Amino acid sequence: MVARVLPYQLRMRHEARVEVVFGLLTRSCAYLVLALLAGVLLTLIYGSWPALKTFKLAFLTREVWDPVAGQFGALAPLYGTVVTSLIAMLLAVPFAFGAAIFLTETCPMWLRTPIATCIELLAGVPSIVYGLWGLFLFAPVLQQTLQPWLIAHLGPIPGIGRLFRGPPFGIGLLTAGLVLAIMVLPFITAVMREVFRATPTSLKEAAYGLGATQWEVVWHVVVPNARAGIIGAIMLGLGRALGETMAVTFVAGNAQNISVSLLAPGTTISAAIANEFTEAVGPLYLSALIALGLILFLLTLSIIAAARLMLLRLNARGPRL
Amino acid sequence: MGLGISGLTTLIALGILAIILWSLLSRGFGGLSWRVFTQMTPPPGGSGGLLNAIVGSVTMTVLGILIGTPVGILAATFLAEYGRTERVSVLIRFINDVLLSAPSIVVGLFVYTLMVVKMGHFSALAGAVALSIIVIPVVVRTAEDMLHLIPLGLRHASAALGAQPWRTVMHVVYPAARSGLLTGVLLALARISGETAPLLFTALNNQYWSNTLDQPMANLPVVIFQFAMSPYKNWQSLAWTGALLITLFVLLLSIIARLLSSFLGSGESRIE
Repeated sequence: MVARVLPYQLRMRHEARVEVVFGLLTRSCAYLVLALLAGVLLTLIYGSWPALKTFKLAFLTREVWDPVAGQFGALAPLYGTVVTSLIAMLLAVPFAFGAAIFLTETCPMWLRTPIATCIELLAGVPSIVYGLWGLFLFAPVLQQTLQPWLIAHLGPIPGIGRLFRGPPFGIGLLTAGLVLAIMVLPFITAVMREVFRATPTSLKEAAYGLGATQWEVVWHVVVPNARAGIIGAIMLGLGRALGETMAVTFVAGNAQNISVSLLAPGTTISAAIANEFTEAVGPLYLSALIALGLILFLLTLSIIAAARLMLLRLNARGPRL
Repeated sequence: MGLGISGLTTLIALGILAIILWSLLSRGFGGLSWRVFTQMTPPPGGSGGLLNAIVGSVTMTVLGILIGTPVGILAATFLAEYGRTERVSVLIRFINDVLLSAPSIVVGLFVYTLMVVKMGHFSALAGAVALSIIVIPVVVRTAEDMLHLIPLGLRHASAALGAQPWRTVMHVVYPAARSGLLTGVLLALARISGETAPLLFTALNNQYWSNTLDQPMANLPVVIFQFAMSPYKNWQSLAWTGALLITLFVLLLSIIARLLSSFLGSGESRIE
């Protein structure tokens, strides 16, 4: 005898079926995030295969970039990327550190939220704005002021002076590094502020209770407690600086070679891709540019992953942007 | 002493950023007129506006959001509801955080290899897909944070009434988290509005009006890039105006998102 199916039972079956479908749908969308990373990686490897096959590992160590002769090497853009990012970090980190300390410890209460809001809003300004400003306003000023000064005062020093010789072009690796520094400053400040705020209040209160001054609390309690987070914030900023395209493309100078002088025009990986990709003729040229992208992706990926791990140790996950 | 040094660094930092915003305002505001919104991008030396670039940007941004948001919210639903305790969720959260800060130019290369090469030409659709790939991690992250804010008691109450989990999610959790989810979408919108690198070799650019997704499409960021790099004064001035428009739009969006999320009572604390 067949059991009679009641209307409400049909309804329940329908509900259960939708449940299975919906559960699977959310799961597949979540897995898509993993697939995205794997997809980008595999696609870049596929796209750069012709260049990697032709030049092998020497691609990383060759300075030559000659589209006409079909000879490509990643050394010049890689050098530019690393140098501009290092300049940016050297300048931005102390300022970001100071500003984050100010915003979490020493600033009067009523001023904290407004300033922090300003800085977080500025962290969201599109990077093309920084590039535009760098090209039209900052570079000419540097050419007139800072660069001649560097050439006159640091240039004659043996050793380090070689970094500051040659004519002041205005644009170049130094300018790119400075613009990058300004661009990542609000970003690093925002992350560091979050890190410092994660310091348990009881720790700070205990130190104050022992008679520590504000400076001692910052230096002996807040900073040591946030050490992993500070490094995480710096590396997150570094990841952003390495991968940044528009702020750098405008002012790096687009010269595919390595000059000892920081004042000379150079290029970075992202700037080279942005400048040359649509004009690249021939599969080898395109594939060499994609190979540059692959190098950049692997470099930033490892740095960002390490940074996020450091932030996780502090139970902070880092910014949403 | 600590106050002095830390205050000084903050002041210098804010000062430099204020200079940038000021020069953006002073350079961009002069070119702002009705022409900008009613005329097409001009030839060198001629007069014109940014109409096709604005329309193109809006089209691709909206498409990118439309593609990216559902995927992002569903993935966040898995992380916050279905897979809350699964081990794979930890990995997905981590990878998502990494994607959040991945260089956007690489996304452009990815979509170029995947779509532009296959289709044989640049297209607005490829641009929208590239933007949606940037949208997804932002939405996943924000939406998950927001879903976590919804009290478990609500879910239990719904389950006690006999609702399947999907009904609970659709009819209890999503409505409760509505303004939080909207915040995520606004943040994603702010993020992609100024993105240039992923559009450079997906949507490319177009001097003319384009109403098909199958063809290259003009968009503000790439127009700004090309016009700024050109030697023509009228192009450069339009680049400043375009940059001002984008910046004002992004700042406005961020402020609205901020107000929304403080309205939600979550404040801006991102620490779980």
